[in-house]
Amino acid sequence: MKVLVPIKRVIDANIKVRVKADESGVELNNVKMAMNPFCEIAVEEAIRLRESGHAEEVIVVTVGPAQSQETLRTALAMGADRAILVEADPAPEPLAVAKLLKAVVEKETPGLVLLGKQAIDGDNNQTGQMLSGLLGWSIGTFASHLEVDDAAVRVTREVDGGLENIELVPPAIVTVDLRLNEPRYASLPNIMKAKKKPLDMLTPETLGVDVSPRLETIRVIDPPARAAGARVTSAQELVDKLRNEAKVI
Amino acid sequence: MSILVIAEHDNTSLRPATLNTVSAAVVLGGEIDLLVAGGDCQGAADEAATVAGVSRVLMADDPALTDGLAENLAPLIESIARDYSHVLAPATTYGKNLLPRVAALLDVQQISDISAIESPDTFVRPIYAGNALATVRSLDAVKLITVRSTAFDAAGQASAAPIEMVSGSQEAGLSKFIGEELTRSERPELTTADIIVSGGRGMQSSENFEMLESLADKLGAAVGASRAAVDAGYVPNDYQVGQTGKVVAPDLYIAVGISGAIQHLAGMKDSKIIVAINKDEEAPIFQVADYGWVADLFEAIPQLEEALDSPSP
Ligand SMILES: Cc1cc2nc3c(=O)[nH]c(=O)nc-3n(C[C@H](O)[C@H](O)[C@H](O)COP(=O)(O)OP(=O)(O)OC[C@H]3O[C@@H](n4cnc5c(N)ncnc54)[C@H](O)[C@@H]3O)c2cc1C
Ligand SMILES: Cc1cc2nc3c(=O)[nH]c(=O)nc-3n(C[C@H](O)[C@H](O)[C@H](O)COP(=O)(O)OP(=O)(O)OC[C@H]3O[C@@H](n4cnc5c(N)ncnc54)[C@H](O)[C@@H]3O)c2cc1C
Repeated sequence: MKVLVPIKRVIDANIKVRVKADESGVELNNVKMAMNPFCEIAVEEAIRLRESGHAEEVIVVTVGPAQSQETLRTALAMGADRAILVEADPAPEPLAVAKLLKAVVEKETPGLVLLGKQAIDGDNNQTGQMLSGLLGWSIGTFASHLEVDDAAVRVTREVDGGLENIELVPPAIVTVDLRLNEPRYASLPNIMKAKKKPLDMLTPETLGVDVSPRLETIRVIDPPARAAGARVTSAQELVDKLRNEAKVI
Repeated sequence: MSILVIAEHDNTSLRPATLNTVSAAVVLGGEIDLLVAGGDCQGAADEAATVAGVSRVLMADDPALTDGLAENLAPLIESIARDYSHVLAPATTYGKNLLPRVAALLDVQQISDISAIESPDTFVRPIYAGNALATVRSLDAVKLITVRSTAFDAAGQASAAPIEMVSGSQEAGLSKFIGEELTRSERPELTTADIIVSGGRGMQSSENFEMLESLADKLGAAVGASRAAVDAGYVPNDYQVGQTGKVVAPDLYIAVGISGAIQHLAGMKDSKIIVAINKDEEAPIFQVADYGWVADLFEAIPQLEEALDSPSP
């Protein structure tokens, strides 16, 4: 079985984003970029499936600008076997990404597609679910545990009330949550090896997918700022303030 | 305009975020139908009928819908959604799991997690862990939207709306519900609690979390946690507040031994009053706290409990 892992290049999670003065978006120039943390977890899980003999090949794919090749190389250095870039700048909306991924799935015929549950830039939490709808495949979202065999994919999902266990008929789509695993770091030799692994380039046109946006971004602004308040130095003072000033207890 | 709201429920009663989602529909204006799709879900449908603002309850009752599996629900919703200008679901794990699949079937670009409505086609949503607010206009004929429950009040009660049956659901045969491990608690639910006491890595162990639970019980509060506390196994995953956990906005949020990483702030910075208790006076949480107390939590929490017992001078 092949495992396909769609990954996304985003602003590094440790960077505090800055909104552009013209309100058109956030500043991406000269900002450190990295693989979306949820995608790292998906790549790690796919590699572990191959290492444990449940998968033969791990293919990573990204939809984005040419620089996204760096992110693909990172995944190859972690241990993915080959990579596909669908070049689109900027990365399209989730529905269009899902349509492109559907075209890639039809070419590659994986038995399992592992995605991050959300990208930490758009925070949309849509792409995997949309892909499952387009393909008519089973879906397990927010996975914190995964078991794969020929007959079934068993997923433990992190839901609002706790955990839920479901069983999926393959081929399946799974989106991964934070506690599924701890992604490995790529070693230097593996980073060198990754440079020679195959990386194919495709475009929305060659895949025959219309990626025109359905949403128009009108403005992007800073959220209302919250100012630091007062310091207290004792429990009694805190309780008094909460009772008499804030009136919340 | 006519709006379809997808109810989240456990077949016997509605989940609270459904009420906030109905309120968002009321802001949009127009006829509101509330869909209760489940198995043996008369109880939930009866409750749905009493939600203020709802014109009609649509009830789909089928064993295939009992467990809320997206593969079985999505085609049903797709088959009725085209009659509406908007389809709304709560931005809970239920809505997040389901609605994008429906959106794909309808060829619609969903708008996730809206926090405000500017007009029938223009919405505000947080991006980058709430570090920016994007206003987006949808060009799709039907708008599919998930609603951030903390941004809209819960709808009240009204005299009962009619309940109509809808059919057409089918077992897709793609997935099976096996079981769940839900956290049972007598405390209020995180997303609807007026007060939350939340612990971080500073708590050091699950035993120490009992201190917070005792404080929470004194305040009638819910207990939350940072990701670090959940990852360390101090508390279950459903306690997590933040960008990738729950978004909360109580009247009072008490952060204990939490540093205040942006991903945590994303989930709680809309709280009315924030209290931070942390031994590091440089901790970023103090930058958003209305009341900051630089203290060792192991001394501070028992003192706080004591102070709550004694009347104010
Ligand atoms: C301020 C702002 C302005 C924008 N303006 C535009 C615009 O003008 N035009 C436009 O078309 N789009 C625009 N976008 C969309 C943006 O570029 C993102 O691609 C979009 O938000 C995707 O959603 P997400 O990454 O949050 O998806 P999610 O659904 O949260 O992602 C979940 C998972 O899906 C997979 N995935 C997501 N995206 C990709 C990808 N590109 N390649 C491979 N796998 C992927 C990953 O596994 C990821 O973990 C804008 C977004 C923002 C925040
Ligand atoms: C993709 C991604 C998603 C994430 N999503 C979330 C999320 O949803 N929610 C979330 O919370 N985090 C999330 N995180 C993690 C986040 O970045 C932080 O790592 C996490 O919030 C830190 O938790 P903490 O504040 O409990 O721990 P720390 O940062 O380790 O802080 C512990 C604090 O406790 C204080 N302390 C220690 N001992 C005591 C004592 N005895 N008395 C008083 N104070 C004490 C310390 O001074 C310190 O400030 C995410 C990260 C990533 C990359």
